[in-house]
Amino acid sequence: GLVWSFSTWLLVLVQVLLWGWARGSELTFELPDNAKQCFYEDITIGTKCTLEFQVVTGGHYDVDCRLEDPDGTVMYKEMKKQYDSFTFTAAKNGTYKFCFSNEFSTFTHKTVYFDFQVGEDPPLFPNENRVTALTQMESACVSIHEALKSVIDYQTHFRLREAQGRSRAEDLNTRVAFWSIGEAFILLVVSISQVVLLRSFFSDKKTTTTRVGS
Amino acid sequence: MRATASCVGLLLLFAWFSPSRALYFHIGETEKKCFIEEIPDETMVIGKYRTQLWDKQTGSFLPATPGLGMHVEIKDPDTKVILSRQYGSDGRFTFTSHTPGEHQICLHSNSTKMALFAGGKLRVHLDIQVGEHTNNYPEIAAKDKLTELQLRVRQLLDQVEQIQKEQNYQRYREERFRMTSESTNQRVLWWSIAQTIILIITAIWQMRHLKSFFEAKKLV
Repeated sequence: GLVWSFSTWLLVLVQVLLWGWARGSELTFELPDNAKQCFYEDITIGTKCTLEFQVVTGGHYDVDCRLEDPDGTVMYKEMKKQYDSFTFTAAKNGTYKFCFSNEFSTFTHKTVYFDFQVGEDPPLFPNENRVTALTQMESACVSIHEALKSVIDYQTHFRLREAQGRSRAEDLNTRVAFWSIGEAFILLVVSISQVVLLRSFFSDKKTTTTRVGS
Repeated sequence: MRATASCVGLLLLFAWFSPSRALYFHIGETEKKCFIEEIPDETMVIGKYRTQLWDKQTGSFLPATPGLGMHVEIKDPDTKVILSRQYGSDGRFTFTSHTPGEHQICLHSNSTKMALFAGGKLRVHLDIQVGEHTNNYPEIAAKDKLTELQLRVRQLLDQVEQIQKEQNYQRYREERFRMTSESTNQRVLWWSIAQTIILIITAIWQMRHLKSFFEAKKLV
């Protein structure tokens, strides 16, 4: 049977609906050349938000980023940035928009990662009597949780940088393979054609010299 | 009792259809949008989306469009399709990775019948949660009857497990990176030796050939 009463269940359900899943969006997408991709989110006033982005692969690993508030005022604008983090507190209610642009690039696709955190994480346990302070054990758990969150964040950034390094190394590998085959081929072609050309010069001169001689 | 039960029922219904306050973006009706998730193996990913169609008459997005569906296709790092299903305009998809690496999640609408409303735009609300973010702690607490402290410790255990998996995956990737670098190193080494040999051989051949050619022409 249920240990909790129905009212507690109801409270849990309401909390789940209000907070439900954590309000952090982390996405990695491909931005084709000359393209712009915008994302929107409805934010309530006073919420502390953080936008972090990093270019994972492509070209010179840079992208333009712009963040606008509901009235269209540009809150953050950076051109050709490889990685950045921007924290702000929402001063107005409404739809905030942030865009990534690769319009300066003519033929390189870029892969962009961004992490948009809105507000704090939802409360873990909907407690009716939240007025009482956390016990020592509970506050220790909270500190460990926060520390682990930053560990996971560092891991993500490390993973992205490693992906970048690896993609450059794989590019280098294929380039070296094509270059060496191509160079060997060109070398052979050039040396054979040099000999053929030289022979063609001397075969004409032969007739003229003998005539002059006699 | 009945009132509370029906209340719970209504709230559950509301939960399924409630507007999820997630990020949204716009895509063309026939456009395909892909997202990449680089994840270690045995990691669960839950994606929730909601689509709205642009209505030219009212000049706004319709709150709900029956008949509008989204096709979700998920490919694993070996580009093998692990999920390819059509959902309604509101949907939820789940998958667990079996190989570590870059998984690709692609969405596009089943818009052949919507071709009448040409040049349409779709607003897609998307929320993708990976690994330990997929756990619903209040639900876990209720199911396993955990106290607050036990729940917090459970959350910490999940986080640490996620970190462990990611570190394992990091080791596997670093190995791949090292193999690629060593292969490049080997290739450069062999190429420079081969090039030098080819160069010397062609130089010798050229000189010998030309010498015999000039001797035949009685110029030397």
